[in-house]
Amino acid sequence: MGDVKLFWTWSSPYAQRIVWALKLKGVEYEIMYEDLTNKSSLLFKYNPIHKQVPVLVHNGTPICESLVILEYIDETWKTGAPLLPEDPLARAKARFWAKFNDEQVLPSLKHAYLSHGLEQEKAKGHALNNLDVVEKQLTGKKFFSGETIGFLDIVFGWIAIYLEILEETSGMEPLDKERFPFISAWKENFSDNTFFKEDRPDKEKLITMYKGVREYFRCTAAAK
Amino acid sequence: MTKPSEIKLLGAPASPFVNRVQFVLNLKSIEYEFIHENLASKSELLLTSNPVYTKVPVLFHGNKTPIPESLIIIEYLDEIEPDVHRILPTDPSHRAENRFWANYIDTKFFPLYEELRMTPDKEGKEAIKKQIIEVSQLLEDTFVKFSNGKPYFGGDDVGYLDVVLGCFLAWTKFVEKHNDMKVFDEVRTPKLVEWVKRIWSHEAIKIDVPSNETLVSFYMMLQIHKPPRAA
Repeated sequence: MGDVKLFWTWSSPYAQRIVWALKLKGVEYEIMYEDLTNKSSLLFKYNPIHKQVPVLVHNGTPICESLVILEYIDETWKTGAPLLPEDPLARAKARFWAKFNDEQVLPSLKHAYLSHGLEQEKAKGHALNNLDVVEKQLTGKKFFSGETIGFLDIVFGWIAIYLEILEETSGMEPLDKERFPFISAWKENFSDNTFFKEDRPDKEKLITMYKGVREYFRCTAAAK
Repeated sequence: MTKPSEIKLLGAPASPFVNRVQFVLNLKSIEYEFIHENLASKSELLLTSNPVYTKVPVLFHGNKTPIPESLIIIEYLDEIEPDVHRILPTDPSHRAENRFWANYIDTKFFPLYEELRMTPDKEGKEAIKKQIIEVSQLLEDTFVKFSNGKPYFGGDDVGYLDVVLGCFLAWTKFVEKHNDMKVFDEVRTPKLVEWVKRIWSHEAIKIDVPSNETLVSFYMMLQIHKPPRAA
């Protein structure tokens, strides 16, 4: 297995997906907690370009960028079910939807959470349209990968923790079960697993932190 | 072996993202049909095959679901034809390094050219030119590390990062000429200067590098459809 360290913080959806992947593969790892307001010299050493979490350090070799790390984990540890499907076309599709999540879905929800008033209404509309696309991908399936949890479930897994935090802290309504029946059911199925429940970031701590970030952005925008 | 005419590539010759897929198809000796897309007036085929982004390239393989996104297409081609000119290395940590830098090049390097075009004022342009120089230095260091004394990022022959960065060289030349700057030069980035010459004379690459005329037409189209920001 080797020496595995994960530079992580509890408020990062990108870092949390690595925890899930390592647990699913049964890989033992050590958490290197990062306070993002006071980043460690080790983080700068292992991720000099972006200086961000997550960083996986395997036998001294750093791997950065969460999607890159997920593929590395899948290629390195062959225990448990593979995260990505075997078929090249299915892999291409999974990679495409992962990119869509990271470039469109998650940033659009983040934008809606950080904005106010009319801007928030517009941003919310855009974010919900993105979720409609996700709902279509999930339609008829228990998990994105089919009957069992895989790569895409881990990529979209932030929805099961952070979506309600974004909603609660920014006054957005909870996810509409009528508009998003498959995402709503998927959330329940994804959350109902040991790997998810163990080391789950504390909800109250997340709410306090995300409220603070939203307020900071509001003050910064008002000051301009 | 992929049968001829089973593969179609929807693209525009001026798009570096399309070019890099063409390079890989050439390297793997995969015959394909090129379907020309007019990005100023997007076709039904593009809108239906890539409804999420409506961008080229899109790869069609027989009757399978179309595949958009150049880096995803490249990995797909590498997986269906692994034994002909492997693009990504086999070792997981080297694959991870390659993927990391591909993401960096696509998100931190090439977008600077568009930012340069969109920025109206001289001061703003100078700031972006400075960023481009800084990134080119980083890419020089990356080339030294990856090539390890050999001619390409991929070692003895063209590999993943050679096509990922190599596809931007025609636009680099265009940007240099129109902005009176050198992105890669003999003093700051000597290894990359040599590498550029090698890439442009490589059999599988040179046939699909767009001409200056092609880039000029595309640039004029961009200036109309996405004009620079007001000063």
